[in-house]
Amino acid sequence: MEQIIVNGLYLGAQYALIALGLTLIFSLMNVLNFAHGQMYVLGGFVTYTVVAQFKMPFIVGLIAAAVILAVVGALVEKYLFAPVIKKSKREESTMLLAAGIAFLLDAIILLVFGEKQRGLPKIIDGVFNWDFIIIMPYDRIVIGFVAIAMIVTFILFMQYSRTGRAMRALAQDKVAATLMGVAVDRYSMIGFALGASLAGLVGGLLVSITGINLGMGGPASIKAFIMIMIGGAGVISGAIAGGFILGMLESVGLTVLAEYGDITYLVIFASLMVFLALRPQGLMGKPWG
Amino acid sequence: MKKRTLLKTAMLSGVLSLALTGVSFAANPVLKIGFVGVTSGPAAAWGISNQRSMETSADWINEMGGVKIGDKTYNVEIVAFDDQKDPKRAIAGMEKMAQEGIHYVVGPNVDDGAAAVRPVAEQKGIMYFPYAFPKSLYVAPASNAVLGMVANYQSGPAIYEYLMKNNGIKKVAFVAANESDPLSQRDGGVEAAKALGLNVVSSNVTYQVDTTDFTPVLLPVVKTQPDLLVLSGVSPANAPQLIRSARELGFKGLISTETAQDANVLKEGAAGLANGFISVGGASTPDLASDKMREFVKRYTAKFGEYNDESNTKVYALEYILETLKANPAALTDVAQFKKTMDTFEAPNPYMVGDAKLKYVGSTSFGQKRQVSVPLVVNVYKDGKFETLFVAQVD
Repeated sequence: MEQIIVNGLYLGAQYALIALGLTLIFSLMNVLNFAHGQMYVLGGFVTYTVVAQFKMPFIVGLIAAAVILAVVGALVEKYLFAPVIKKSKREESTMLLAAGIAFLLDAIILLVFGEKQRGLPKIIDGVFNWDFIIIMPYDRIVIGFVAIAMIVTFILFMQYSRTGRAMRALAQDKVAATLMGVAVDRYSMIGFALGASLAGLVGGLLVSITGINLGMGGPASIKAFIMIMIGGAGVISGAIAGGFILGMLESVGLTVLAEYGDITYLVIFASLMVFLALRPQGLMGKPWG
Repeated sequence: MKKRTLLKTAMLSGVLSLALTGVSFAANPVLKIGFVGVTSGPAAAWGISNQRSMETSADWINEMGGVKIGDKTYNVEIVAFDDQKDPKRAIAGMEKMAQEGIHYVVGPNVDDGAAAVRPVAEQKGIMYFPYAFPKSLYVAPASNAVLGMVANYQSGPAIYEYLMKNNGIKKVAFVAANESDPLSQRDGGVEAAKALGLNVVSSNVTYQVDTTDFTPVLLPVVKTQPDLLVLSGVSPANAPQLIRSARELGFKGLISTETAQDANVLKEGAAGLANGFISVGGASTPDLASDKMREFVKRYTAKFGEYNDESNTKVYALEYILETLKANPAALTDVAQFKKTMDTFEAPNPYMVGDAKLKYVGSTSFGQKRQVSVPLVVNVYKDGKFETLFVAQVD
């Protein structure tokens, strides 16, 4: 049981970090960013390239992933999403654009980084083994704590910084925020860049544990959407809760349901359908959006 | 007037350059060989190594002046189609090959794609070389598919038997991705292990291909304390993570798979934890590779920046097609002639040292020769490289 809880917490921390970026972008721009998973993959490949090819420290790789993805996010928002949002009132326009960007990023990643699975050496060797009750490699413990630290930093940033407050105001009421002098275009771009940067950071963090490959983008996006559906789209605390709930469900399912085959996600999806039928806005979302 | 002269000059230059280009292309007639397989998504590595092997070989052949079949010399052109691991797309790909007049296709890479294209291939007169294991593809009345590698039900028993004799294994556990290929390979492996008298202690644990943490997946398997953990049909993307998680959970036994892997991917993903991992390879371990194989690896690396060890197996299909066509040029447009030639065909294997032969096998497994004879080279990974554990032949 202890092992299941620890696995769930570790998975939850990384999932929550992935979901945060997605929910931030949704809350600011009402955009379902289907390319979020591809941004996560791109971050992983950037970190891999910096560390494995350029022989630089892991932390430099992480910073590079965060910065490059922030720039990619800002450019995507400024030159693709912002014009489409201005010209089209139809929500499917941005959804189609996001899907197109996902395909484009997949193609670019294949061309630039190739088809192979990539990975980095463990940042710390060794395994924590508490009498076979809890077994957890040290690198996962470190990555788990780093992910939690990042989540806390993100919350503090959103809560107390001028930029964070402006973005929260924008998410709550765009018209009121504009009237109060918040530069909508600027903060939308910053928000998108921050969301993409978070995705890149997670990709970079996990490249030393799970590795990275071209095909990981789509499934990562799907999991991120599940998390924000559980927690409530556009709500930061909801994304964190969704991440930890999904991590825990996965950990429990993989252990308890193992003897019945791989039905964990079948059960999760079925439960999610029932849950959304009862509470379509998610745990912390508001019914009016 | 001046304007008209300028226009005429431009047109003349255009026609001349087109003609010259045409001359260079028209030096040899073109023989198109198709590839239908997965080159995008999580399993992209399988198909891309296929396609790139074919393209490397085709470039090499064309650079040497082409391939002589009968009294004509052909340049080889590879026509590739990404089926995205989707059977419907695989059918569309095979139909595209038929429209282009192609009679020989390498792929698809997976079971359901290979099964889906069978009616199209048989109806349109296409021989295809899948990397898929279901026997129904190769057993009569099926006749157009030729297995492009060694199947798991052929390599698995050989590996288990070797490990029983040399390592004294008694208990075996299987873990597979929740997809048709790995699941069917797991079932075949379980059957083979039981037939050899091994105790199968776990075989029902499966995982999603997009799993990012295998610790909870492997925990119940490791608790059964097997001597051998078989990663059935594991993709190169998942293998390092599974190995790493198993070792981190304290598993000390042997780990093996019946699929081809890439040494560099294992090195990056699992480093020293992958030492001792057993997989099926091709013919490029230093002691087995011929000069031609080494040259192929060199050309592949120069063309694509990095070699993929999976191509050690994938290098063979195009070679078989061309050598069989050389043996019977009538097969260029008539696959019935190709099938006829398969029964007696034999040529030297240029990728291995010694007197290894290219020939069609499969009589034992399929009742007819519907498999290329590639050496069953079982490798063991050690410090970033594969070493040959043992070599066997399949029929």
